[in-house]
Amino acid sequence: MAEPILEVRGLVKHYPLTRGIVLKKQVGAVKAVDGVDFDLGRGETLGIVGESGCGKSTVAKLLVNLERPTAGVIRFKGEDVTKLSGRALRAVRRNIQMVFQDPYTSLNPRMTVGDIVGEPYEIHPEVAPKGSRRKKVQELLDVVGLNPEYVNRYPHQFSGGQRQRIGIARGLALRPEVIVADEPVSALDVSVQAQVVNLLERLQSEFDLSYVFIAHDLSIVRHISDRVGVMYLGRIVETGTEEEIYEHPTHPYTQALLSAVPVPDPAARERRERILLSGDVPSPANPPSGCRFRTRCWKARERCALEVPALAVPAEFRLMSGPVAHDSACHFAEERHVVP
Amino acid sequence: MATPLSPASPAPAPAAPAPLLDVRDLHVEFRTRDGVARAVNGVDYSVAAGETLAVLGESGSGKSVTAQAIMGILEAPPGRVTRGEILFQGRDLLKLTEEERRKVRGAGLAMIFQDALSALNPVLSVGDQLGEMFVVHRGMSRKDARARAVELMDRVRIPAARERAGQYPHQFSGGMRQRIMIAMAMALEPALIIADEPTTALDVTVQAQVMDLLAELKGELDMGLILITHDLGVVADVADTIAVMYAGRIVEKAPVHELYRAPAHPYTRGLLASIPRLDHKGRDLYAIKGLPPSLLRVPPGCAFHPRCPMARDVCRTEVPPLARVTYEGFAGERRSACHFWKECLRG
Repeated sequence: MAEPILEVRGLVKHYPLTRGIVLKKQVGAVKAVDGVDFDLGRGETLGIVGESGCGKSTVAKLLVNLERPTAGVIRFKGEDVTKLSGRALRAVRRNIQMVFQDPYTSLNPRMTVGDIVGEPYEIHPEVAPKGSRRKKVQELLDVVGLNPEYVNRYPHQFSGGQRQRIGIARGLALRPEVIVADEPVSALDVSVQAQVVNLLERLQSEFDLSYVFIAHDLSIVRHISDRVGVMYLGRIVETGTEEEIYEHPTHPYTQALLSAVPVPDPAARERRERILLSGDVPSPANPPSGCRFRTRCWKARERCALEVPALAVPAEFRLMSGPVAHDSACHFAEERHVVP
Repeated sequence: MATPLSPASPAPAPAAPAPLLDVRDLHVEFRTRDGVARAVNGVDYSVAAGETLAVLGESGSGKSVTAQAIMGILEAPPGRVTRGEILFQGRDLLKLTEEERRKVRGAGLAMIFQDALSALNPVLSVGDQLGEMFVVHRGMSRKDARARAVELMDRVRIPAARERAGQYPHQFSGGMRQRIMIAMAMALEPALIIADEPTTALDVTVQAQVMDLLAELKGELDMGLILITHDLGVVADVADTIAVMYAGRIVEKAPVHELYRAPAHPYTRGLLASIPRLDHKGRDLYAIKGLPPSLLRVPPGCAFHPRCPMARDVCRTEVPPLARVTYEGFAGERRSACHFWKECLRG
């Protein structure tokens, strides 16, 4: 991998659960993110997949400093950004920008498109002096495929796909090096999703961007990502290249997740083998001991309740080369083909 | 494990007797401040007992409005059925009185909604809501109704049904709530169920559980199922027949295997092509240009023509009929509303 632009180590975010109004007492914590490590290479796209409640959106908020982590470090070009404040923090934030999921609620309905896309310049005036802002905004609109003459329109005059383009233009305004995109296409219609995915890919090569792409749609993540991390209940359970994860998954959760994705090919009905998980995801306030997936895992044994499996190449594959030898947090990792 | 999702036989169903549901030339309008929105513009489809019809479309295609018109839960005004027939077991539902329709609803026709949390009553326990069906439609006592409710919850595999029947919707997870919706729809063993995006709000692993359950119960009761969705994957998994909707019309209708193998409408072809596939890795995805039209201003001629790569002059002026599609090796019922379906079929 290229030299990492972002290094995440031991990232933890706990939200306290309190009881009492006057005398607040902490009675526990929602362990939204509980020990996440990954690297993001320059120019790379890291996909993060997982079901609701797995902590993927919390990771996004931590990366762009919208939330402060409970523990852990996030290094941007070698510098730990979790300890920064004031001017230094602002400088880093300029370089890590976010694109949100919902293009309907993430744009202020009372602001014109020009004001929305240009607002980052109010906070970072060094990027664009006052006189040049309007022109910069129009350039950005052009870059994302919108008519530059639309600067004076309001968000409600645009469709969902166009609004997401506005959100992307705002994310690009400060010329960041990293973009964290949290479900950027899941609110869009199928025929519009492809347009936005193509735009994101074009912008990546044009501006040499690194992406953290968070989504639950596994086929889109596969299309856009170089590497993929699979999250379950606050931790990454398996990570590797797109091929390693999709073609050679070794963690049971990844296998179940991949096998559950409906395949748009009726002929696959007969061929596919579906792993049906029982039950629901446990509460992150009270995660199972040991391996967090063990309560739904068909392979779980005593060891899984006692020992937290480390995210590393499993012992049985350590001496092998090839795609099966990638990080998987399972005591009983085993390769299984599930994508028909 | 997924046996209930048995594949549709590729051969067409033999000329079915009278279909369970037959929607003919349905038109629905909405009066809005900005004018009349033609949400449904002449929809025809039918479902037989035991058949799964998937209605596929994007937002604003009219797929849900058609379902609401069938169920008789269209908000009117502003909505209004302006033309057409909805024949259910031979009777035109649009000619029934509100009282007669209420009887059909629940016992003959039932619906599963996307958002179970807002479809369920938050201040009634789940057991009471399920039991109410038996009290109102079957005249059972409260006690018997509760027993039936627990039975139903058991049947949709809600663990500890007896204890949980006293709980309220917010105490259940999303997947469990959708099971309760299914239980409610199944309660009176209707002949037809309409499921409007039943798994869109659920995670994939839960979605698989719920779709399996639905398919299994449908098989047991030999019901017809209309599955409304935008997800080409879910359709491929469970449907026998697909109706693709665009701007209030059906643009293509075909047996599922045939449609995925060779689409006969450019819109369907575009949708299928925009799915990320392995061999597209590192290249642009195919994207249908432009946006779905506003229903206030549906383009003249074929509504898809401004976005269609095959459009010619005739497409801008003449509305293409939903014509019969025939080709060698296929003698079943298949239709396409494209002037040039032959070219489209050739790819």
